[in-house]
Amino acid sequence: MTDSPQDDVILAEGAKAAPIEALKDKGPMAPPRSKWRDVWEQFRKHKGAMMGAFFLFFITFGVLIGPYLWTLDPQALDIRNKDMRPIYTAIWNSEADVGWNHPLGSDQLGRDNLSQLIAGGRASMAVGWAAMLLSLIIGTGVGVMAGFFKKLDGPLMRLTDLFLSLPILPLLLVAVTLFRQPLRANFGPEGGMFILIVTVVGITSWMPTARIVRGDVLALKEREFVLAARSIGTQPFKIIKRHLLPNVLSPIMVSATLGLATAIITESALSFLGVGFPSDFPTWGKMLADAVARMEDFPERVLLPGVAISLTVLGVNYLGDGLRDALDPRIRGR
Amino acid sequence: MLTYAIRRLVLSVPTLLFISFVIFMLLQLAPGDPMAQVPLTVPPEVKQKMREALGVGEPALVQYWKWLVQVFWTEPKVFIDWLTRDSFLLGWLPDTNLYQGELRVISWQTRSPVMDIVLQRIPQTLWVVGLSYVVGVLIALPIGIYSAYRQYSVFDQAGTFVTMVGFSIPPFFTGPLLIVIFSVYLGWFPSIYDTTHVVNDWESFKYQLSQMIMPVMVLALQTTAQLSRYMRASMLDNLNQDYVRTARAKGLSEAVVVMVHVLRNSMIPVITVIALGVPAIFGGAIITENVFKVNGIGQLLITALFANDLPMVMTLTFIFAFLIVMFNLIADILYGLLDPRIRYD
Repeated sequence: MTDSPQDDVILAEGAKAAPIEALKDKGPMAPPRSKWRDVWEQFRKHKGAMMGAFFLFFITFGVLIGPYLWTLDPQALDIRNKDMRPIYTAIWNSEADVGWNHPLGSDQLGRDNLSQLIAGGRASMAVGWAAMLLSLIIGTGVGVMAGFFKKLDGPLMRLTDLFLSLPILPLLLVAVTLFRQPLRANFGPEGGMFILIVTVVGITSWMPTARIVRGDVLALKEREFVLAARSIGTQPFKIIKRHLLPNVLSPIMVSATLGLATAIITESALSFLGVGFPSDFPTWGKMLADAVARMEDFPERVLLPGVAISLTVLGVNYLGDGLRDALDPRIRGR
Repeated sequence: MLTYAIRRLVLSVPTLLFISFVIFMLLQLAPGDPMAQVPLTVPPEVKQKMREALGVGEPALVQYWKWLVQVFWTEPKVFIDWLTRDSFLLGWLPDTNLYQGELRVISWQTRSPVMDIVLQRIPQTLWVVGLSYVVGVLIALPIGIYSAYRQYSVFDQAGTFVTMVGFSIPPFFTGPLLIVIFSVYLGWFPSIYDTTHVVNDWESFKYQLSQMIMPVMVLALQTTAQLSRYMRASMLDNLNQDYVRTARAKGLSEAVVVMVHVLRNSMIPVITVIALGVPAIFGGAIITENVFKVNGIGQLLITALFANDLPMVMTLTFIFAFLIVMFNLIADILYGLLDPRIRYD
């Protein structure tokens, strides 16, 4: 610094005083940090979000590798060992019918509760992730189109308003009861039902994402970098892919968590009302519905799937809360 | 404002028509046959006549038109007749006698007009759902206000946790859980809602209260979870504004600052959220009504769906859509009325 001639002049006038404190370079500054590392630092501070994320991964991996660890077939009938209680019942009731062959007990047909819980979790999580992805794709597509192309804005937003004023749960019930038969005939009882529920939940839950994405795109496309991209002749779809989508990633991620929670709850609600997967195919909602009739004698059969649903959704909601805080640059760093 | 309200009202007519058309076309694809229960000995030509009597033989568009006429022309006439003949409010008017025995929307299950059945079911739904909404709002507002005022306090953290839990636990789990705890183990409340119960003295009133408490609480938990979060966020937005500092600086008491200045301004978005939530709670009540065996309109929809009673399903779904569109409209107008900064025209 002192090598340059201007500095010499200033120093000469300031009677050899030390350079101004704020202008002194004290060694190299910290290297620039990437945005995602900042996000991660902020996210780690949110205890609830960390626990939620941990629980979500625990459940996901549990249902993925669970069937290989606990190999009992969830649909196998073991009528001699029916109506067994979970192993922990033995702590307060020494006469309870418990055994290590069914650690969480068995139901009225002797199907193992633990393997049913794992299989049910597989179904619920698969439906949740698939429906969430579908609604994200539709919502982002509609939102970006409406925000970027002025001509499409009016019609697409009217469509969104229309979908928002549909009565979702009654329509879900109607659609599922009506299209069950043909889809089952084409894709088998489980595959058909999976396709149906994922499609129906996806089609009816994309509207909030579309609205948020449209708002963000409307603001982004007036910014200079989009103008610059346009002025060097970038195609509209390239602009969307390279410049707009990465910038709307944060609201999309937040609405993805909300979408996962709603999809899991909707699937369980449909199963609970008896219009979901076929009766021998376990899902959390169906286990809960089947157990309600016997909950006086076997409360654990209501509690286990119910707690599983609630904890998963709670974890996802906390994850979303933490993500929202971590991705918001105004909150980050405080 | 008035022009805006009228414009929105006019615009809601095509919206409702489109929604009803979509629902109707969806139901046209239904594989069920209303004649499936008729014995095989009935000859086909008689079956065809029965089908036409139910209105199924015609092309879809003709059926849709007839349904529209029945719902928007015949049913209002019946309603006006009832108003001027039997109702307490307008019964003094001369009987209008508009309804001349035209065909109304007939349920395939009971062969009686759909609207009559719906009117029988609405009081139960309104009692349970309406009361739960009021209870939910009354619980949510103080929680939201206090947790915003003492942000990051123990109360706020606990409140946030409870609202998160209320958000996450679905009603089909809280319902059975409450039944197991309070009607099976403790035996305090009945698990089934008795709709035939008549309230005429103190004892029966207490019974009515005890049978309503659980469904109302299950629904109120959902409402509370949502609303208190909105209330908290809205209060937090306002608490840091300049006018609050001015109000404190000129020596107003803390109670007046929070409960008058801040509260009135933060209620604006919350009131619209309250209005928007009314139709949603009707939809959510389907599950709660099913759990507690309340025979309201949600339970009616489920039974009609399983019995393949298409006119009933159609009319009920349309009623839900109507409620949503109307309350969206009410919310938008309320927002403009309450906040003078918002001008629609």
